[in-house]
Amino acid sequence: MNKVLKLILEGEQLSSEQMARVLELTPAEVEAQIAQLKDEKILLGWRPVLNPSFDEETRVRAVIELKVSPEVSGGFDRVAERISQFDQVESCYLMSGAYDLLVIVNADNLYKVANFVHNRLARIDGVLSTGTHFMLRAYKESGYAIAASEAPERLPVTQ
Amino acid sequence: MPKSGIRDFFAIVSQMKDAVSLGIGEPDFVTPFHIRDVAISALERGHTSYTDNRGLIALRKEISKYVAANYGAEYNPETEIITTVGVSEALDAVLRAILNPGDKVIYHEPCYVSYCPSIKLCHAEAIAVETKAEDKFAITIEALRKAWQPGVKALLINFPTNPTGGTASRELLEEIAKFAIEKDMLVISDEIYSELTFDGNHTSIVSIPGMRERTVFLHGFSKAYAMTGFRVGYACGPADIIDGILKIHQYGILCAPTISQEAAIEALRNGRKSMLEMREKYRERRDFIVRRFNELGLRCHSPRGSFYAFPDITSTGLSSMEFAKGLLSAERVAMVPGTAFGSCGEGFCRASFSTSYANIDEACLRIERFLKSLKH
Ligand SMILES: Cc1ncc(COP(=O)(O)O)c(C=O)c1O
Repeated sequence: MNKVLKLILEGEQLSSEQMARVLELTPAEVEAQIAQLKDEKILLGWRPVLNPSFDEETRVRAVIELKVSPEVSGGFDRVAERISQFDQVESCYLMSGAYDLLVIVNADNLYKVANFVHNRLARIDGVLSTGTHFMLRAYKESGYAIAASEAPERLPVTQ
Repeated sequence: MPKSGIRDFFAIVSQMKDAVSLGIGEPDFVTPFHIRDVAISALERGHTSYTDNRGLIALRKEISKYVAANYGAEYNPETEIITTVGVSEALDAVLRAILNPGDKVIYHEPCYVSYCPSIKLCHAEAIAVETKAEDKFAITIEALRKAWQPGVKALLINFPTNPTGGTASRELLEEIAKFAIEKDMLVISDEIYSELTFDGNHTSIVSIPGMRERTVFLHGFSKAYAMTGFRVGYACGPADIIDGILKIHQYGILCAPTISQEAAIEALRNGRKSMLEMREKYRERRDFIVRRFNELGLRCHSPRGSFYAFPDITSTGLSSMEFAKGLLSAERVAMVPGTAFGSCGEGFCRASFSTSYANIDEACLRIERFLKSLKH
Protein backbone atom coordinates (compact mmCIF):
# COMPACT_ATOMS: atom_id res chain seq x y z
CA MET A 1 0.00 0.00 0.00
CA ASN A 2 1.05 3.57 -0.70
CA LYS A 3 2.99 4.78 2.38
CA VAL A 4 1.10 8.05 2.66
CA LEU A 5 -2.23 6.25 2.51
CA LYS A 6 -1.10 3.75 5.15
CA LEU A 7 -0.13 6.58 7.48
CA ILE A 8 -3.43 8.41 6.91
CA LEU A 9 -5.36 5.22 7.66
CA GLU A 10 -3.64 4.82 11.01
CA GLY A 11 -5.88 7.67 12.04
CA GLU A 12 -3.49 10.11 13.68
CA GLN A 13 -4.17 13.58 12.37
CA LEU A 14 -0.77 14.70 11.10
CA SER A 15 0.19 17.78 9.11
CA SER A 16 2.03 17.39 5.78
CA GLU A 17 5.20 18.47 7.59
CA GLN A 18 4.76 15.77 10.23
CA MET A 19 3.98 13.10 7.64
CA ALA A 20 7.01 14.22 5.67
CA ARG A 21 9.30 13.69 8.67
CA VAL A 22 7.81 10.30 9.45
CA LEU A 23 8.07 9.09 5.85
CA GLU A 24 11.35 10.80 4.90
CA LEU A 25 9.68 12.83 2.15
CA THR A 26 9.33 16.56 1.60
CA PRO A 27 5.98 18.16 2.49
CA ALA A 28 5.52 18.86 -1.24
CA GLU A 29 5.96 15.17 -2.03
CA VAL A 30 3.41 14.21 0.63
CA GLU A 31 0.94 16.70 -0.82
CA ALA A 32 1.57 15.46 -4.36
CA GLN A 33 0.85 11.90 -3.27
CA ILE A 34 -2.35 12.96 -1.55
CA ALA A 35 -3.39 14.82 -4.71
CA GLN A 36 -2.71 11.69 -6.72
CA LEU A 37 -4.78 9.55 -4.34
CA LYS A 38 -7.60 12.00 -4.94
CA ASP A 39 -7.15 11.94 -8.70
CA GLU A 40 -7.35 8.18 -8.64
CA LYS A 41 -10.53 8.43 -6.54
CA ILE A 42 -8.93 6.33 -3.82
CA LEU A 43 -9.09 9.17 -1.32
CA LEU A 44 -12.41 10.91 -1.85
CA GLY A 45 -11.89 13.71 0.62
CA TRP A 46 -11.78 14.78 4.26
CA ARG A 47 -14.72 15.45 6.49
CA PRO A 48 -14.93 16.05 10.21
CA VAL A 49 -16.66 13.27 12.14
CA LEU A 50 -19.20 14.93 14.41
CA ASN A 51 -21.15 13.37 17.20
CA PRO A 52 -24.65 13.14 15.65
CA SER A 53 -26.26 14.21 18.91
CA PHE A 54 -24.24 17.45 18.70
CA ASP A 55 -27.00 18.91 16.51
CA GLU A 56 -29.85 16.58 17.40
CA GLU A 57 -32.16 19.55 17.90
CA THR A 58 -31.88 20.54 14.30
CA ARG A 59 -30.93 17.45 12.29
CA VAL A 60 -32.45 14.07 11.73
CA ARG A 61 -30.93 11.12 9.98
CA ALA A 62 -32.80 8.36 8.25
CA VAL A 63 -32.00 5.15 6.47
CA ILE A 64 -34.17 4.42 3.48
CA GLU A 65 -34.48 1.05 1.81
CA LEU A 66 -35.47 1.19 -1.84
CA LYS A 67 -36.64 -1.51 -4.19
CA VAL A 68 -35.78 -0.59 -7.72
CA SER A 69 -36.50 -2.29 -11.00
CA PRO A 70 -33.23 -2.81 -12.81
CA GLU A 71 -32.88 -1.44 -16.33
CA VAL A 72 -31.71 -3.48 -19.28
CA SER A 73 -28.86 -1.11 -19.89
CA GLY A 74 -27.09 0.01 -16.75
CA GLY A 75 -28.89 -2.07 -14.11
CA PHE A 76 -29.33 0.05 -10.97
CA ASP A 77 -26.69 2.63 -11.82
CA ARG A 78 -28.86 5.31 -13.36
CA VAL A 79 -31.28 5.44 -10.44
CA ALA A 80 -28.54 5.17 -7.84
CA GLU A 81 -26.45 7.89 -9.42
CA ARG A 82 -29.44 10.15 -9.73
CA ILE A 83 -30.33 9.67 -6.04
CA SER A 84 -26.73 10.31 -5.05
CA GLN A 85 -26.92 13.82 -6.55
CA PHE A 86 -29.27 15.11 -3.84
CA ASP A 87 -27.48 17.10 -1.13
CA GLN A 88 -29.50 15.45 1.60
CA VAL A 89 -28.12 12.06 0.61
CA GLU A 90 -25.08 11.26 2.69
CA SER A 91 -24.45 7.75 1.35
CA CYS A 92 -26.01 5.45 -1.21
CA TYR A 93 -25.22 1.76 -1.61
CA LEU A 94 -26.41 -1.15 -3.74
CA MET A 95 -27.25 -4.03 -1.42
CA SER A 96 -27.86 -7.73 -1.68
CA GLY A 97 -30.97 -9.13 0.00
CA ALA A 98 -34.51 -7.91 0.52
CA TYR A 99 -34.07 -4.49 -1.09
CA ASP A 100 -31.74 -2.93 -3.63
CA LEU A 101 -30.55 0.51 -2.58
CA LEU A 102 -29.75 1.74 0.90
CA VAL A 103 -29.83 5.51 1.16
CA ILE A 104 -28.76 7.48 4.21
CA VAL A 105 -30.20 10.98 4.35
CA ASN A 106 -29.72 13.99 6.59
CA ALA A 107 -32.39 16.65 6.93
CA ASP A 108 -33.43 19.48 9.23
CA ASN A 109 -36.47 17.68 10.52
CA LEU A 110 -38.73 14.72 10.13
CA TYR A 111 -41.07 16.44 7.68
CA LYS A 112 -38.26 17.25 5.33
CA VAL A 113 -37.28 13.59 5.25
CA ALA A 114 -40.91 12.65 4.65
CA ASN A 115 -41.16 15.16 1.83
CA PHE A 116 -37.95 13.96 0.30
CA VAL A 117 -39.13 10.37 0.28
CA HIS A 118 -42.60 11.21 -0.93
CA ASN A 119 -41.86 13.91 -3.49
CA ARG A 120 -38.47 12.89 -4.72
CA LEU A 121 -37.46 9.30 -4.18
CA ALA A 122 -40.83 7.62 -4.61
CA ARG A 123 -41.40 9.47 -7.85
CA ILE A 124 -38.24 8.44 -9.58
CA ASP A 125 -38.89 6.15 -12.51
CA GLY A 126 -37.92 2.64 -11.54
CA VAL A 127 -38.35 3.04 -7.77
CA LEU A 128 -40.86 0.36 -6.72
CA SER A 129 -41.09 0.89 -2.97
CA THR A 130 -39.46 2.70 -0.06
CA GLY A 131 -39.03 1.88 3.62
CA THR A 132 -37.84 4.68 5.90
CA HIS A 133 -36.21 4.20 9.31
CA PHE A 134 -35.23 7.10 11.54
CA MET A 135 -32.03 6.84 13.51
CA LEU A 136 -32.61 7.28 17.22
CA ARG A 137 -29.16 7.33 18.69
CA ALA A 138 -25.55 6.87 17.57
CA TYR A 139 -23.19 4.62 19.50
CA LYS A 140 -20.32 4.59 17.06
CA GLU A 141 -19.69 6.99 14.22
CA SER A 142 -17.12 6.27 11.49
CA GLY A 143 -14.95 4.25 13.85
CA TYR A 144 -15.33 6.54 16.89
CA ALA A 145 -17.17 5.04 19.84
CA ILE A 146 -19.27 7.82 21.31
CA ALA A 147 -19.90 6.57 24.83
CA ALA A 148 -16.24 5.70 25.40
CA SER A 149 -15.30 7.61 28.51
CA GLU A 150 -12.12 9.55 29.15
CA ALA A 151 -8.82 8.02 28.16
CA PRO A 152 -7.47 5.73 30.87
CA GLU A 153 -5.19 7.38 33.35
CA ARG A 154 -1.65 6.49 32.41
CA LEU A 155 1.44 7.32 34.44
CA PRO A 156 3.68 9.63 32.39
CA VAL A 157 6.88 7.84 33.41
CA THR A 158 7.06 4.16 34.36
CA GLN A 159 9.67 1.51 34.84
CA MET B 1 17.70 0.68 49.67
CA PRO B 2 17.04 3.68 47.36
CA LYS B 3 13.70 4.34 45.68
CA SER B 4 13.55 3.77 41.93
CA GLY B 5 15.12 6.75 40.11
CA ILE B 6 12.15 6.71 37.79
CA ARG B 7 9.88 7.78 40.64
CA ASP B 8 11.62 11.16 40.99
CA PHE B 9 11.07 11.85 37.33
CA PHE B 10 7.50 10.78 37.52
CA ALA B 11 6.89 13.27 40.31
CA ILE B 12 8.24 16.16 38.23
CA VAL B 13 6.56 15.21 34.96
CA SER B 14 3.16 14.61 36.46
CA GLN B 15 3.13 18.23 37.72
CA MET B 16 3.99 19.61 34.30
CA LYS B 17 1.49 20.82 31.74
CA ASP B 18 2.00 19.95 28.05
CA ALA B 19 5.00 17.75 28.76
CA VAL B 20 5.75 15.21 26.04
CA SER B 21 6.66 11.94 27.66
CA LEU B 22 9.01 9.38 26.17
CA GLY B 23 9.15 7.88 29.63
CA ILE B 24 6.26 5.47 29.44
CA GLY B 25 7.25 1.88 30.10
CA GLU B 26 4.04 0.28 28.96
CA PRO B 27 2.05 -0.14 25.74
CA ASP B 28 0.11 2.95 24.68
CA PHE B 29 -2.62 0.69 23.32
CA VAL B 30 -5.59 -0.35 25.39
CA THR B 31 -6.03 -4.10 25.72
CA PRO B 32 -7.64 -5.47 22.51
CA PHE B 33 -11.39 -5.49 22.97
CA HIS B 34 -11.89 -9.23 22.46
CA ILE B 35 -9.71 -9.77 25.54
CA ARG B 36 -11.51 -7.13 27.61
CA ASP B 37 -14.81 -8.64 26.45
CA VAL B 38 -13.88 -12.00 27.96
CA ALA B 39 -13.05 -10.25 31.23
CA ILE B 40 -16.42 -8.49 31.16
CA SER B 41 -18.23 -11.80 30.56
CA ALA B 42 -16.29 -13.43 33.37
CA LEU B 43 -17.49 -10.70 35.69
CA GLU B 44 -21.06 -10.94 34.39
CA ARG B 45 -21.10 -14.65 34.95
CA GLY B 46 -19.82 -14.18 38.47
CA HIS B 47 -16.40 -15.77 38.07
CA THR B 48 -15.16 -13.97 41.14
CA SER B 49 -13.83 -16.69 43.41
CA TYR B 50 -10.26 -17.79 44.08
CA THR B 51 -8.58 -20.15 41.66
CA ASP B 52 -6.11 -22.93 42.28
CA ASN B 53 -2.92 -21.40 43.71
CA ARG B 54 -1.13 -22.28 40.49
CA GLY B 55 -3.86 -20.62 38.42
CA LEU B 56 -6.71 -21.96 36.31
CA ILE B 57 -5.75 -25.27 34.74
CA ALA B 58 -7.22 -24.09 31.42
CA LEU B 59 -4.79 -21.17 31.49
CA ARG B 60 -1.84 -23.36 32.43
CA LYS B 61 -2.68 -25.69 29.53
CA GLU B 62 -2.76 -22.74 27.13
CA ILE B 63 0.54 -21.47 28.53
CA SER B 64 2.04 -24.91 28.09
CA LYS B 65 0.99 -25.02 24.41
CA TYR B 66 2.09 -21.45 23.78
CA VAL B 67 5.52 -21.90 25.35
CA ALA B 68 6.09 -25.18 23.52
CA ALA B 69 5.13 -23.63 20.18
CA ASN B 70 7.01 -20.35 20.55
CA TYR B 71 9.93 -21.00 22.89
CA GLY B 72 10.79 -24.62 22.27
CA ALA B 73 10.31 -26.26 25.67
CA GLU B 74 7.49 -28.42 27.00
CA TYR B 75 6.18 -27.87 30.52
CA ASN B 76 3.66 -29.97 32.38
CA PRO B 77 0.70 -27.71 33.21
CA GLU B 78 0.05 -29.62 36.46
CA THR B 79 3.51 -29.34 37.99
CA GLU B 80 5.80 -27.06 36.02
CA ILE B 81 3.77 -23.88 35.48
CA ILE B 82 2.52 -21.30 37.95
CA THR B 83 0.46 -18.19 37.23
CA THR B 84 1.52 -15.05 39.09
CA VAL B 85 0.66 -11.39 39.55
CA GLY B 86 2.73 -10.27 36.58
CA VAL B 87 6.34 -11.10 35.91
CA SER B 88 7.01 -8.84 38.89
CA GLU B 89 5.69 -11.40 41.35
CA ALA B 90 7.22 -14.31 39.46
CA LEU B 91 10.64 -12.68 39.59
CA ASP B 92 10.42 -11.89 43.29
CA ALA B 93 9.12 -15.37 44.15
CA VAL B 94 11.70 -17.27 42.14
CA LEU B 95 14.53 -15.30 43.73
CA ARG B 96 13.13 -15.93 47.20
CA ALA B 97 12.63 -19.60 46.35
CA ILE B 98 16.20 -20.27 45.27
CA LEU B 99 18.37 -17.83 47.23
CA ASN B 100 19.80 -18.11 50.70
CA PRO B 101 21.38 -15.12 52.40
CA GLY B 102 24.85 -14.59 50.99
CA ASP B 103 24.19 -16.31 47.66
CA LYS B 104 25.18 -14.42 44.56
CA VAL B 105 23.29 -13.63 41.39
CA ILE B 106 24.77 -12.26 38.17
CA TYR B 107 22.61 -9.97 36.06
CA HIS B 108 23.35 -7.61 33.19
CA GLU B 109 23.14 -3.81 33.28
CA PRO B 110 21.60 -1.50 32.14
CA CYS B 111 18.53 -3.43 33.18
CA TYR B 112 15.02 -3.30 34.50
CA VAL B 113 14.97 -1.34 37.75
CA SER B 114 13.68 -4.21 39.88
CA TYR B 115 16.46 -6.73 39.37
CA CYS B 116 19.16 -5.51 41.71
CA PRO B 117 16.77 -4.52 44.55
CA SER B 118 14.85 -7.81 44.26
CA ILE B 119 18.08 -9.76 44.63
CA LYS B 120 19.14 -7.63 47.58
CA LEU B 121 15.77 -8.05 49.27
CA CYS B 122 16.71 -11.76 49.49
CA HIS B 123 19.89 -10.75 51.33
CA ALA B 124 21.82 -12.03 48.36
CA GLU B 125 24.61 -10.32 46.50
CA ALA B 126 23.87 -8.79 43.11
CA ILE B 127 26.73 -8.85 40.63
CA ALA B 128 26.26 -6.60 37.60
CA VAL B 129 27.80 -7.38 34.22
CA GLU B 130 27.99 -4.35 31.98
CA THR B 131 26.65 -4.49 28.45
CA LYS B 132 27.83 -2.04 25.86
CA ALA B 133 26.47 -0.10 22.91
CA GLU B 134 29.13 -1.57 20.60
CA ASP B 135 27.70 -5.06 21.34
CA LYS B 136 24.18 -3.74 20.82
CA PHE B 137 23.74 -4.27 24.54
CA ALA B 138 23.98 -8.05 24.35
CA ILE B 139 25.94 -9.64 27.17
CA THR B 140 29.38 -10.99 26.19
CA ILE B 141 30.68 -14.30 27.37
CA GLU B 142 34.04 -12.71 28.31
CA ALA B 143 32.36 -10.22 30.62
CA LEU B 144 30.29 -13.01 32.10
CA ARG B 145 33.37 -15.14 32.81
CA LYS B 146 35.08 -12.19 34.41
CA ALA B 147 32.11 -11.48 36.67
CA TRP B 148 31.67 -15.04 37.87
CA GLN B 149 32.89 -15.91 41.35
CA PRO B 150 32.36 -18.82 43.71
CA GLY B 151 28.94 -18.74 45.31
CA VAL B 152 27.06 -17.58 42.21
CA LYS B 153 23.81 -19.48 42.24
CA ALA B 154 21.96 -17.92 39.34
CA LEU B 155 22.19 -15.81 36.26
CA LEU B 156 19.31 -13.45 35.53
CA ILE B 157 18.87 -12.48 31.88
CA ASN B 158 16.37 -10.31 30.04
CA PHE B 159 16.31 -10.31 26.23
CA PRO B 160 14.93 -8.19 24.60
CA THR B 161 16.15 -5.87 27.33
CA ASN B 162 14.43 -3.01 29.09
CA PRO B 163 15.92 -0.29 28.66
CA THR B 164 18.31 -0.97 25.79
CA GLY B 165 16.33 -3.16 23.40
CA GLY B 166 19.32 -5.51 23.32
CA THR B 167 18.69 -9.09 22.20
CA ALA B 168 20.70 -12.30 22.23
CA SER B 169 21.46 -14.49 19.22
CA ARG B 170 21.18 -18.25 19.38
CA GLU B 171 24.99 -18.55 19.30
CA LEU B 172 25.35 -16.24 22.28
CA LEU B 173 22.66 -18.10 24.22
CA GLU B 174 24.47 -21.36 23.47
CA GLU B 175 27.65 -19.93 24.95
CA ILE B 176 25.79 -18.63 27.99
CA ALA B 177 24.17 -22.06 28.36
CA LYS B 178 27.53 -23.82 28.21
CA PHE B 179 28.89 -21.49 30.85
CA ALA B 180 25.84 -21.95 33.09
CA ILE B 181 26.23 -25.73 32.88
CA GLU B 182 29.98 -25.52 33.52
CA LYS B 183 29.46 -23.41 36.65
CA ASP B 184 26.26 -25.20 37.68
CA MET B 185 24.21 -21.99 37.71
CA LEU B 186 20.47 -21.66 37.40
CA VAL B 187 19.25 -19.26 34.75
CA ILE B 188 16.26 -16.99 35.28
CA SER B 189 15.11 -15.70 31.93
CA ASP B 190 12.68 -12.77 31.85
CA GLU B 191 11.27 -12.88 28.31
CA ILE B 192 8.48 -10.36 28.78
CA TYR B 193 9.38 -8.47 25.57
CA SER B 194 9.98 -11.57 23.45
CA GLU B 195 6.97 -11.13 21.15
CA LEU B 196 8.18 -7.61 20.45
CA THR B 197 11.20 -8.79 18.47
CA PHE B 198 11.25 -6.91 15.19
CA ASP B 199 13.95 -8.44 13.05
CA GLY B 200 14.11 -12.23 12.82
CA ASN B 201 12.82 -14.55 15.51
CA HIS B 202 13.29 -14.51 19.24
CA THR B 203 15.28 -17.44 20.63
CA SER B 204 14.77 -18.59 24.18
CA ILE B 205 17.53 -20.10 26.27
CA VAL B 206 15.09 -22.84 27.34
CA SER B 207 15.26 -24.30 23.82
CA ILE B 208 18.98 -25.02 24.16
CA PRO B 209 19.77 -28.61 25.12
CA GLY B 210 20.52 -29.03 28.80
CA MET B 211 18.87 -25.74 29.78
CA ARG B 212 15.28 -26.67 30.40
CA GLU B 213 16.21 -28.38 33.67
CA ARG B 214 18.18 -25.40 34.98
CA THR B 215 16.12 -22.49 33.71
CA VAL B 216 13.14 -20.67 35.13
CA PHE B 217 11.29 -19.06 32.26
CA LEU B 218 9.35 -15.91 33.17
CA HIS B 219 6.77 -14.39 30.95
CA GLY B 220 3.52 -12.46 31.05
CA PHE B 221 0.84 -10.58 29.20
CA SER B 222 1.67 -6.97 30.07
CA LYS B 223 3.70 -5.97 27.04
CA ALA B 224 2.74 -8.22 24.13
CA TYR B 225 -1.00 -7.99 24.75
CA ALA B 226 -1.09 -4.52 26.31
CA MET B 227 -2.43 -5.97 29.57
CA THR B 228 -0.29 -4.22 32.21
CA GLY B 229 -3.21 -3.44 34.51
CA PHE B 230 -4.51 -7.01 34.47
CA ARG B 231 -1.48 -8.08 36.51
CA VAL B 232 -0.92 -11.56 35.19
CA GLY B 233 2.26 -13.43 34.35
CA TYR B 234 3.77 -16.88 34.85
CA ALA B 235 6.83 -18.95 35.59
CA CYS B 236 7.72 -22.26 33.94
CA GLY B 237 10.49 -24.47 35.24
CA PRO B 238 11.52 -27.69 36.93
CA ALA B 239 8.82 -28.96 39.33
CA ASP B 240 10.95 -28.57 42.47
CA ILE B 241 11.59 -24.88 41.81
CA ILE B 242 7.96 -24.25 40.85
CA ASP B 243 7.01 -25.93 44.15
CA GLY B 244 9.27 -23.48 45.96
CA ILE B 245 7.64 -20.56 44.16
CA LEU B 246 4.23 -22.06 44.92
CA LYS B 247 4.86 -21.92 48.67
CA ILE B 248 5.76 -18.24 48.60
CA HIS B 249 2.87 -17.47 46.25
CA GLN B 250 0.39 -19.54 48.24
CA TYR B 251 1.13 -17.77 51.51
CA GLY B 252 1.79 -14.30 50.15
CA ILE B 253 -0.60 -13.88 47.24
CA LEU B 254 -2.91 -16.91 47.05
CA CYS B 255 -3.68 -16.57 43.35
CA ALA B 256 -3.50 -14.18 40.42
CA PRO B 257 -6.75 -12.25 39.80
CA THR B 258 -9.35 -14.67 38.45
CA ILE B 259 -10.81 -12.31 35.85
CA SER B 260 -7.33 -11.53 34.59
CA GLN B 261 -6.58 -15.22 34.25
CA GLU B 262 -9.64 -15.66 32.05
CA ALA B 263 -8.61 -12.68 29.94
CA ALA B 264 -5.15 -14.22 29.63
CA ILE B 265 -6.65 -17.43 28.23
CA GLU B 266 -8.34 -15.36 25.53
CA ALA B 267 -5.08 -13.56 24.76
CA LEU B 268 -3.29 -16.86 24.20
CA ARG B 269 -6.11 -18.41 22.19
CA ASN B 270 -7.06 -15.50 19.96
CA GLY B 271 -4.71 -12.60 20.58
CA ARG B 272 -2.05 -13.23 17.99
CA LYS B 273 -3.52 -11.00 15.30
CA SER B 274 -3.85 -7.97 17.57
CA MET B 275 -0.41 -8.61 19.01
CA LEU B 276 1.13 -8.63 15.52
CA GLU B 277 -0.67 -5.41 14.60
CA MET B 278 0.68 -3.69 17.70
CA ARG B 279 4.16 -5.01 17.02
CA GLU B 280 4.07 -3.60 13.50
CA LYS B 281 3.16 -0.19 14.90
CA TYR B 282 6.00 -0.34 17.40
CA ARG B 283 8.37 -1.31 14.58
CA GLU B 284 7.34 1.69 12.48
CA ARG B 285 7.70 4.03 15.43
CA ARG B 286 11.08 2.53 16.27
CA ASP B 287 12.32 3.23 12.75
CA PHE B 288 11.10 6.80 13.01
CA ILE B 289 12.56 7.65 16.41
CA VAL B 290 15.91 5.99 15.74
CA ARG B 291 16.27 7.85 12.45
CA ARG B 292 15.35 11.17 14.07
CA PHE B 293 17.79 10.71 16.96
CA ASN B 294 20.61 9.95 14.56
CA GLU B 295 19.67 12.95 12.39
CA LEU B 296 19.86 15.11 15.50
CA GLY B 297 23.33 13.82 16.26
CA LEU B 298 22.32 11.55 19.15
CA ARG B 299 23.85 8.27 18.12
CA CYS B 300 21.28 5.54 18.53
CA HIS B 301 21.36 1.88 17.54
CA SER B 302 18.17 0.34 16.23
CA PRO B 303 16.83 -1.88 19.05
CA ARG B 304 15.95 -5.35 17.78
CA GLY B 305 13.26 -5.77 20.39
CA SER B 306 11.16 -4.02 23.10
CA PHE B 307 9.71 -0.53 22.72
CA TYR B 308 12.72 1.40 23.97
CA ALA B 309 15.38 3.35 22.14
CA PHE B 310 18.56 4.08 24.08
CA PRO B 311 20.33 7.03 22.46
CA ASP B 312 23.88 8.03 23.36
CA ILE B 313 23.85 11.57 24.69
CA THR B 314 27.59 11.95 25.38
CA SER B 315 28.01 14.27 22.36
CA THR B 316 26.26 16.95 24.45
CA GLY B 317 28.96 16.83 27.11
CA LEU B 318 26.25 16.34 29.73
CA SER B 319 25.70 13.43 32.08
CA SER B 320 22.51 11.40 31.62
CA MET B 321 20.92 13.05 34.61
CA GLU B 322 21.92 16.56 33.50
CA PHE B 323 20.60 15.86 30.03
CA ALA B 324 17.29 14.44 31.25
CA LYS B 325 16.75 17.21 33.80
CA GLY B 326 17.84 19.95 31.37
CA LEU B 327 15.58 18.66 28.63
CA LEU B 328 12.68 18.37 31.00
CA SER B 329 12.97 21.88 32.38
CA ALA B 330 13.88 23.63 29.11
CA GLU B 331 11.60 21.79 26.70
CA ARG B 332 9.28 19.68 28.84
CA VAL B 333 10.29 16.39 27.25
CA ALA B 334 10.65 13.41 29.58
CA MET B 335 13.25 10.73 28.96
CA VAL B 336 14.61 8.50 31.68
CA PRO B 337 18.34 8.90 32.42
CA GLY B 338 20.28 5.73 31.63
CA THR B 339 21.69 5.68 35.16
CA ALA B 340 18.25 4.77 36.51
CA PHE B 341 19.00 1.32 35.03
CA GLY B 342 22.49 0.91 36.47
CA SER B 343 25.62 3.03 36.61
CA CYS B 344 26.80 1.81 33.21
CA GLY B 345 23.72 3.47 31.71
CA GLU B 346 25.69 6.73 32.08
CA GLY B 347 25.88 8.50 28.73
CA PHE B 348 22.47 7.23 27.60
CA CYS B 349 18.80 8.00 28.07
CA ARG B 350 15.82 5.74 27.58
CA ALA B 351 13.16 6.89 25.13
CA SER B 352 10.02 4.82 24.88
CA PHE B 353 8.48 4.76 21.42
CA SER B 354 5.25 3.35 22.72
CA THR B 355 3.55 6.62 21.84
CA SER B 356 2.01 8.41 18.85
CA TYR B 357 3.91 9.69 15.82
CA ALA B 358 2.79 13.18 16.77
CA ASN B 359 4.38 12.83 20.24
CA ILE B 360 7.60 11.39 18.89
CA ASP B 361 7.76 14.10 16.26
CA GLU B 362 7.10 16.88 18.76
CA ALA B 363 9.60 15.44 21.24
CA CYS B 364 12.28 15.33 18.54
CA LEU B 365 11.63 18.93 17.47
CA ARG B 366 11.98 20.01 21.10
CA ILE B 367 15.13 17.93 21.57
CA GLU B 368 16.56 19.57 18.45
CA ARG B 369 15.89 22.99 19.98
CA PHE B 370 17.45 21.88 23.26
CA LEU B 371 20.59 20.61 21.52
CA LYS B 372 20.92 23.92 19.63
CA SER B 373 20.59 25.87 22.89
CA LEU B 374 23.47 23.85 24.36
CA LYS B 375 25.81 24.98 21.57
CA HIS B 376 25.36 28.68 22.45
C1 LIG C 1 12.01 -6.43 31.95
C2 LIG C 1 10.74 -6.35 32.69
N1 LIG C 1 10.36 -7.39 33.46
C3 LIG C 1 9.22 -7.36 34.16
C4 LIG C 1 8.37 -6.27 34.12
C5 LIG C 1 7.12 -6.30 34.95
O1 LIG C 1 6.08 -6.81 34.21
P1 LIG C 1 4.68 -7.28 34.82
O2 LIG C 1 3.69 -6.24 34.40
O3 LIG C 1 4.41 -8.61 34.15
O4 LIG C 1 4.81 -7.40 36.28
C6 LIG C 1 8.71 -5.17 33.33
C7 LIG C 1 7.84 -3.98 33.27
O5 LIG C 1 8.20 -2.91 32.86
C8 LIG C 1 9.92 -5.21 32.58
O6 LIG C 1 10.29 -4.19 31.81
